[in-house]
Amino acid sequence: MKTISAVEITQTVARLSIQANTHLPPDIVAALDRTRRDEPWPLARETLGLLWDNLELAEEKSLPICQDTGMACVFVELGQDVHIEGNFEQAVHEGVRQGYGEGYLRKSIVGDPLRRVNTEDNTPAAITLRLVPGDGCRITVAPKGFGSENMSRLGMLKPADGVEGVKNFVVETVRLAGSNPCPPIVLGVGIGGSFDKVAYLAKHALLRPIDQPNPDPFYADLERDLLRAINALGVGPQGFGGQTTCLGLSIETAPTHVAGLPVAVNVSCHVTRRATATL
Amino acid sequence: MQYRLTTPVTREDLAPLRAGDTVLLSGTVYTARDAAHKRMMELLDAGQPLPFPVEGSAVYYVGPTPERPGQVIGSAGPTTSGRMDAYSPRLLDLGQRIMIGKGKRNQAVKDAVVRNGAVYLAALGGAGALMAASVKELEVLCWEDLGCEAVRRLEVEDFPLTVILDAHGGDLYESGPAAYLASLPEDISR
Repeated sequence: MKTISAVEITQTVARLSIQANTHLPPDIVAALDRTRRDEPWPLARETLGLLWDNLELAEEKSLPICQDTGMACVFVELGQDVHIEGNFEQAVHEGVRQGYGEGYLRKSIVGDPLRRVNTEDNTPAAITLRLVPGDGCRITVAPKGFGSENMSRLGMLKPADGVEGVKNFVVETVRLAGSNPCPPIVLGVGIGGSFDKVAYLAKHALLRPIDQPNPDPFYADLERDLLRAINALGVGPQGFGGQTTCLGLSIETAPTHVAGLPVAVNVSCHVTRRATATL
Repeated sequence: MQYRLTTPVTREDLAPLRAGDTVLLSGTVYTARDAAHKRMMELLDAGQPLPFPVEGSAVYYVGPTPERPGQVIGSAGPTTSGRMDAYSPRLLDLGQRIMIGKGKRNQAVKDAVVRNGAVYLAALGGAGALMAASVKELEVLCWEDLGCEAVRRLEVEDFPLTVILDAHGGDLYESGPAAYLASLPEDISR
């Protein structure tokens, strides 16, 4: 049995929190680079150029790419043969506390949704733990801004709505969101499961690099169709109009009930952040 | 068109601006998000003065990241303006002329923009490092307990902005996508 100390987890979460907020993943950088060259509409092209300049400035001045350094969504795939020495959840929260402090990141969490007092250290993290075979521990920190999070939607469709119903729901979500989520956006789409599971699928889909299609060709085709339909809306970068509304879209699915067709769309922006380490 | 403006501004300064124009703004800009707006409304209700001179002012909806030692400001892009819709018309009627944020506004705000010869300008959402580069000076004016939502006075130079709502009823979030779609060949746009 392998032993991992709580201190090691804390240090890793702290480091990943800072890394994710200052460096975009390579697939998102590549998509921004490609679209700033391909975009034909002048104001849109200029806007994508400025978003690119922002990435360079953030790097040069060690500033967060976006001031909304997000809710710290932490995904852990923990091997079932691992023994954690110390308190696992506390170790993750402590990592967020240290990373957001040392990295001069914004503290955006209120301790209660209605009383709304800031916790001052961006804790607690939103932890999703999955037990997997083996003795590894894979940690991903995916800070999520709420300008885009607030535009997310969940629908309990009827089975008869079928694939067309799902398409309409996803495209309508982007149309309703318009300029609010800081387009160009990235979408995580969950289909199937239950009310709670489908939201998790949508969130988890945002962890998949956007240059990796769904391994099932049926869903890879659906991802392509949806991306085309969304970019035909003309919303464009920042909602100013143009071809580049969505950089990429990932679908995750799960078995569901005979009577239901849940669908969830988790909206993310051009600052779709994730940083991963394996202990 | 690109315009250079310096705050405070008048109705006449803003009259030439049209949705889709770009603005390089210099001068004083005040920051406030929803929590600060709520407190400003309470001050007005109590007949108290606002924390800054409202006539001709520009208010930026932003909650920056903490500045590192030696930095003027941290990352400082706009937050979603719709959360200020409930408060903006009252401030516009009192003389605020420029709102800076990102995202859609409601009809009451659009009407107040036209009524007062004001404008709503977009900063680049998600481009916090770029927006910060134009900020030359920062002072926390009040409500430090609100943290990143405290009211700050910023001195900005050539702050890069895009006109969304103009004083003549223009709205780039409607006209921009429509113009792009109209430019496409028929078989693609349908």
